[in-house]
Amino acid sequence: MVLGNYKTCVAARSTDKEILKGAQDGGIVTQLFAYALEEGIIDGAIVAGPSDEPWKPEPIVATTKAELLAARGTKYNLSPNMSLLKEATRSYGLDRIGIVGTPCQMQAVRKAQLYPIGMRDVPDKVALAIGIFCMENFPYQSIEALVEDHCNVKMESVTKMDIGKGKFWAYTERGAVAQIPLKVTHKYEQPGCHVCLDYVSNLADVSTGSVGTPDGWSTVFVRTKIGDDVWSKASAAGCFETKEIESGKTGLELVTKLATDKITKNQKTLEGRATFGVGKGLRNPYL
Amino acid sequence: MVEKITVGHVHMSGCTGCLVSFVDNYEGLFKILDNYADIVYALTLADVRHVPEMDVALVEGSVCLQDKASVEEIKETREKAKVVVALGGCAAYGNITRFCRGGQWNQPQMESFVPIGDLIDVDVYIPGCAPTPQQIRNVCIMAYLLLKGTDEQKELATAYLKPLMDLAARGSDAKRSSDACGCDLMYDVINQGLCMGCGSCAAACPVRAISMEYGKPQIERDLCIKCGACYAQCPRSFFNFDVINEFEGITELITGVME
Ligand SMILES: Cc1cc2nc3c(=O)[nH]c(=O)nc-3n(C[C@H](O)[C@H](O)[C@H](O)COP(=O)(O)OP(=O)(O)OC[C@H]3O[C@@H](n4cnc5c(N)ncnc54)[C@H](O)[C@@H]3O)c2cc1C
Ligand code: SF4
Ligand code: SF4
Ligand code: SF4
Repeated sequence: MVLGNYKTCVAARSTDKEILKGAQDGGIVTQLFAYALEEGIIDGAIVAGPSDEPWKPEPIVATTKAELLAARGTKYNLSPNMSLLKEATRSYGLDRIGIVGTPCQMQAVRKAQLYPIGMRDVPDKVALAIGIFCMENFPYQSIEALVEDHCNVKMESVTKMDIGKGKFWAYTERGAVAQIPLKVTHKYEQPGCHVCLDYVSNLADVSTGSVGTPDGWSTVFVRTKIGDDVWSKASAAGCFETKEIESGKTGLELVTKLATDKITKNQKTLEGRATFGVGKGLRNPYL
Repeated sequence: MVEKITVGHVHMSGCTGCLVSFVDNYEGLFKILDNYADIVYALTLADVRHVPEMDVALVEGSVCLQDKASVEEIKETREKAKVVVALGGCAAYGNITRFCRGGQWNQPQMESFVPIGDLIDVDVYIPGCAPTPQQIRNVCIMAYLLLKGTDEQKELATAYLKPLMDLAARGSDAKRSSDACGCDLMYDVINQGLCMGCGSCAAACPVRAISMEYGKPQIERDLCIKCGACYAQCPRSFFNFDVINEFEGITELITGVME
């Protein structure tokens, strides 16, 4: 159950060179949205676009491929994509919304659909929710500290950030690669991540991440009927190169291990919170 | 034809926006009325002058303490209804009526407006201003399944309604008085180390009092009308995996029921 319900799991990457160039991994998110946009399955997608500060994402409603391309790549800090979900149906006038997000944002999407307390006319308009894997996220200022103080590079000179193989990586324009061990990054994490019980976006239509596949490829879980429909059509249209996911130590087994580790650790945090202080406790959102 | 439930709309001090929102289900409203619910009381819709026995009372608006008829009517509603639902921010939390200080023609002495939970126990809250047609629809369907469904459906309805009942229990707690504010995001989410920066709260706010600054809600407290939508929408206020994990099935169920 740590990987959620899914119909299929494959290794995949986009067949579009332009998408792959600036994508984080296999360009799954950008490719799937671009296809859905072209086919009218969605009218636009909420993605983490660029802002006027380097590496600080700004949620945007992308309605063209160019806007999707401009939002490629992982920003390791908060992009409150849900903040545009209602607005997308209002000033942007979308009837079929795409949205990408971390597992917690996929949870937010489903809560908004089942409990649309402040989400008038939104539930039926979510047409494609793509989730990304996520171990943790950071406040913007944390990423600034990690990149500028620990990695010793300027935010604006960084061309890609990545987390993998036990390290945080910052690649720069001039080809330099800075890396720090992940244990340095832990204290900078967003506190809310420590009660998070989902690693692979269990509630998305399609979810994807880098873990479990070789560099430049992505692990993809196709989860819902909606997801299955879009994924099959996009694959049939030649959007993706796919291969079987490895079951062994660098494949699905690794995904399962990381998911289990995350959930176990955070369950412990929740238990600790229940008796935090002396005869007191902190709130548990899941009870 | 399956047996229907009986529903009433009880109008306290509210603007009728909640009722309009219910009606904004359009064909869905007719579907509900044809198959699942009979409206047995509603000033604007049914010619009944006195609160009758009913399964579900949807109460809109806060109670004016200086209006004896309202005070009596809310008490009677508690006696006559199996399930009392606070429909919308005013009934649940006082909402905009919290700011009333009287002086308004033609009853200038009427100045004290309280959420219904200050006078009676409430079973279910539907926060928001206005509450959304889809949330009202979902509560109606679940109330129907709870009262008339199969055992399995009753179980689902109970699980679905639980967080809305928990909000009501909290609101009807005399020690606390019902209160809602953008500050809930500070006290009960961020101060508790639970916020993960999704932005649901900002999307939910009807008066745009919330903006996201570096991934966290920034609340313009002077704009807040105290409707309770932001906190209730936040995935870190309540998140019931047993229900939300089943989103695909439940969405199909709701669509099926409304067809
Ligand atoms: C905070 C964070 C932590 C992650 N942790 C892991 C991990 O532990 N293991 C793993 O396998 N994968 C992780 N990922 C996912 C991975 O980094 C890639 O985002 C994912 O594989 C998609 O790559 P892609 O090439 O398919 O997407 P692309 O085509 O490059 O598109 C990525 C999409 O994600 C959006 N996006 C970027 N940053 C954010 C953000 N902060 N919030 C919401 N949306 C965003 C972009 O706008 C874009 O639309 C994480 C991602 C994030 C944002
Ligand atoms: S770890 Fe969980 S809470 Fe934190 S950003 Fe990732 S999905 Fe959200
Ligand atoms: S901040 Fe907005 S959503 Fe929250 S209680 Fe106030 S008015 Fe309602
Ligand atoms: S809705 Fe999201 S951003 Fe707002 S308080 Fe809750 S977790 Fe934080």
